[in-house]
Amino acid sequence: MSSLFTQEVPLSWYLLLSAILFSLGVVGFLIKRNLITVFMSIELMLNGVNLSFVTFAHQWHAVKGQIFVFFVMMVAAAEAAVGLAIIIAVFRARATLAVDRIDRMKL
Amino acid sequence: MNAHLYLWLIPLLPFAGFLINGILGRGLPKWLITTVALLAPLASFCVVLNATVRGLLPIFVDPTGISNLPRVVSLPYLETCPIPWISAGLLHINFSFVLDQLSLVMLLVVTGVGFLIHVYSVGYMGDDKGYARYFSYLNLFLFFMTVLVLAGNALVMFVGWEGVGLASYLLIGFYFQKKSAADAGKKAFIVNRIGDFGFLIGMFLLVANFGTLTFSEIGAKLNATPAWQGGVLTIIALCLMLGAAGKSAQLPLYIWLPDAMEGPTPVSALIHAATMVTAGVYMVARTHVLFDHSPVALGVVATVGAATAIFAATIALVQNDIKRVLAYSTISQLGYMFLGCGVAAYSAAIFHLMTHAFFKALLFLAAGSVIHAIGGEQDLRKMGGLRKKLPLTFAVTTVGVLAIAGIFPFAGFFSKDAILYAAFLQGTNGKILWFVGLLTALLTAFYMFRLWYLTFLGESRSENVHAHECPWSMRGPLVILAVLSVCGGWIGMEHFGAFLAPSVGVLPTETGNWRLELILSVVAVLVAIEGWMIADKFYRRKLTKPAQYAAALPGTYNLLVNKYFVDEFYGAVVVKPLLAISKFFLEWVVDFGILGGAAWLLGGIATFAGAILQRWQSGNLRSYAAWLAAGAAAVLLFLLVPWTTVLASLSAIHLGMAGH
Repeated sequence: MSSLFTQEVPLSWYLLLSAILFSLGVVGFLIKRNLITVFMSIELMLNGVNLSFVTFAHQWHAVKGQIFVFFVMMVAAAEAAVGLAIIIAVFRARATLAVDRIDRMKL
Repeated sequence: MNAHLYLWLIPLLPFAGFLINGILGRGLPKWLITTVALLAPLASFCVVLNATVRGLLPIFVDPTGISNLPRVVSLPYLETCPIPWISAGLLHINFSFVLDQLSLVMLLVVTGVGFLIHVYSVGYMGDDKGYARYFSYLNLFLFFMTVLVLAGNALVMFVGWEGVGLASYLLIGFYFQKKSAADAGKKAFIVNRIGDFGFLIGMFLLVANFGTLTFSEIGAKLNATPAWQGGVLTIIALCLMLGAAGKSAQLPLYIWLPDAMEGPTPVSALIHAATMVTAGVYMVARTHVLFDHSPVALGVVATVGAATAIFAATIALVQNDIKRVLAYSTISQLGYMFLGCGVAAYSAAIFHLMTHAFFKALLFLAAGSVIHAIGGEQDLRKMGGLRKKLPLTFAVTTVGVLAIAGIFPFAGFFSKDAILYAAFLQGTNGKILWFVGLLTALLTAFYMFRLWYLTFLGESRSENVHAHECPWSMRGPLVILAVLSVCGGWIGMEHFGAFLAPSVGVLPTETGNWRLELILSVVAVLVAIEGWMIADKFYRRKLTKPAQYAAALPGTYNLLVNKYFVDEFYGAVVVKPLLAISKFFLEWVVDFGILGGAAWLLGGIATFAGAILQRWQSGNLRSYAAWLAAGAAAVLLFLLVPWTTVLASLSAIHLGMAGH
């Protein structure tokens, strides 16, 4: 039993989890129609990347990776604020949040 | 032997004059322009005189002990630029100048007569707006002409050859606002291109067969193999002859010279009578070894010369423009020179070249004086009776006419006689050539005295009653040239031929004797006087007789007045088809095919690519995202797959398969 607690979780498990999170984000981004779900998928991808940053920081005892994670969180917060504002504006204008309907980017 | 002649100064001084007047001319005061323009040729004439004295001293003072005399050089004297000009594989060409008896005579004529015509131009062009431009072109011409004459190899000569063509073009089109003058300049340039093409091919063949373009080396190689006759030598000689025919206005390329009279009259005297047009004769004499080894080429030269002589003389009979008569007479006299070359009497041809430079420059300058005096009129029918008003011009023209007609003891008599005598000794064909030459002499005497009578004698038909004699700057050159036209031949063919012999070989007249020569001379003079008598009958008093003859022979007269319709013939056979073809190429192949096609092709590519790529720009957010993901996947694939290993194993499989 003691070995179960003293032994560290191997690096590959973290990275595997990070990859799964990121891939879930990608798939969600590609297949979901609701703009808010798409938005959440982006957050998922960011956090998947964050996890791998922290993992490597821990592995190599380097603090840079952790600092980078703070940056990513900060940007994600800002992005959430701006992104949600845009989503509200889009909803007000078009009365829908379906991604396929929002195709006015094409001139 | 260590003496220096500074030959490079001879072309460089006029070039400096060209640069000064050409670049700064607009801002300089007129006296300064004149000074620069006159000093340049005068200085190079002095350099030539210095070279003459030091080159000829051994002949007159001490024929044997050249090395004992200080400050004396032996001819041929070579001056080479220390930096090699062209060095490609086995071919080495240096920028070299050579001074021998032949180039010495030419240099004296070019710079001497050139300087006199510069002086004359000061008076003639005095009121012209393009004064500085005129003199800079004239100096430029002297630069190139002296390069041509001094050239030690064919390529340097070609530089001068093209350069005098350029100067000729610029000066013919000097009054470029006049369309006819601009056209005449272009015509001269384009017709000369045909000749230059021949010269170029000849040079290529020389390089291919001799490996050198240096005249002395070619001569040495040919002299070492006297059995080498005809064949490729004939082709080379004929190519060079084509070049000479273009520059020296021989059949069938003579057509540019009459039109070249659009230029100012001193230009006609310098370039289109005395110097540039004789470059072809000079070139044939310079490469005479080639012609000596090819009887066929010599025959062609003689035939072309004789045919041109009589052809141009018949046209000159009926021309009414004073300068055109002189132009056709120049073509005819150049024909004499080629006739001389064709019977291997090169020194006789050069002798005639020299005397012709004197009397034809004189006649042109006198014609310029007449034109100047009566306000630009060139039509013989509107002259007449100018003897009293222009006594000096009348006197010098008389000398010139007597000289060109070949009356004893004027200069033209000696040189023309030498050519005819040399022709007479060349077997049966030579007799025919001699007869053609004699007939030409008759026609020459006739049309020159016709010009003389129509201009100076009879009653005045001019509207301009205030004719006046020209200023002193024009009279001086006229008098000097008149003296030369009288005395220029007195040196005698024998001495002149002996002098030139080291350069162009001895005259082939050893089979003759002095009795035969005397008889032929007397015949020639009688024929010339006969021509004068006919002109006297026709043009002395009433001018009804020529009209009667013209009416009696309307066909012949029309043919002559229209110059045998040669210009029209060339126009229909060469110019029109060429224009049509170039128009077709321009409009259909170049404009429609290449330019239009390229535009259509580029536009088509853009449209087609746009039609395909536009599908990407769907506006659908998820498709953008999908492409983004696919791109990221592709980058990952590119980075992660160990391509070198994969390729190595692939090629190993391939090789393994090939092995079995």
